Amino acid sequence: MSAIRVPVVEKIFSANDRMADINRIRLHNKKMFSINLMASPGAGKTSFILETIKHLSAVYRIGVIEGDTAPVTIDADKIIESGMPAVQINTGGDCHLDASMVSDGLDQLPLDTIDILIIENVGNLICPAAWDLGTDLKLLVASVPEGDDKPYKYPNIYRGLNVLVINKTDLLDYVDFNMDYFRQGVEMLNPGLVTFPVSCRTGDGFTAWIDWLKDKVEAVKSA
Amino acid sequence: MHELSVTENILAIASKHAQESGATRVTAINLVIGQLSSIVDDSVQFYWDMISENTICSGSVLHFNRIPATFRCNDCKHEYQLDTLLSPCPSCGSLRNEIIAGEEFFLDSIEIEK
Repeated sequence: MSAIRVPVVEKIFSANDRMADINRIRLHNKKMFSINLMASPGAGKTSFILETIKHLSAVYRIGVIEGDTAPVTIDADKIIESGMPAVQINTGGDCHLDASMVSDGLDQLPLDTIDILIIENVGNLICPAAWDLGTDLKLLVASVPEGDDKPYKYPNIYRGLNVLVINKTDLLDYVDFNMDYFRQGVEMLNPGLVTFPVSCRTGDGFTAWIDWLKDKVEAVKSA
Repeated sequence: MHELSVTENILAIASKHAQESGATRVTAINLVIGQLSSIVDDSVQFYWDMISENTICSGSVLHFNRIPATFRCNDCKHEYQLDTLLSPCPSCGSLRNEIIAGEEFFLDSIEIEK
């Protein structure tokens, strides 16, 4: 018996991409602006979300999906303490969130009251880059102590971004971080990428980020 | 990376197409994977042998067609192949380039018996 060749030509992530499209439509129907927030562990993802909430809580409701690899609610608890709705998704050890986990998270949030959805992905610079969640924005929080070589070592995540935040700028005087070298790598991978240097500790740089974000949120609301 | 999830996706797609074609058995899976996808072939093969057991794909072989990364220089339009991102154009030294191949990540075809 000879083998018959059957053409398929289907993307390996097609199931995830379909689910991401469903999320995208669901979020747009609610006129919600959404962010897939990625970073390495310890870059300041939760601090960045909390600082953003602090600047916007008078104007917008911000819902948060917290992706964690372990069943600890440390991050989600902090968001809830800030007065905003949060849900924790435990990936059971998986290295990233996928679109179906996000869909489960959306089921548990009061979507009608939320203006901005922030999805805090699992701390990892490799895997989250490959999975579309259906958000408007892919944002990476890089941080000064991680080192200026990260774009060179983890190019894939930088290539797919819409926004880059460089956190912990208050530490620039204390660590060997060459901003020009870092930014040259970013520029090669993602020319003209919108970048906000900030410090979550001092609040430095947040005005520019918040103004930019407000414009995006309003554009989705009036769409 | 996340080879187990990738392998599960491959099995789902291959099984669906095998059933639709009335296959009794799948003998081979032909994958097209760009050089820039951080997937380890051996690791996918390892998971494949485990998770395809007792399915229509049991005993089938994975073929990886690796597509080299190809860049085009935005300044001098030279096209070149490299294994890494972030390398200057070998012709003019420009750092401005775009990827024209090497990001493929799909299941091209399956080979079946009826």
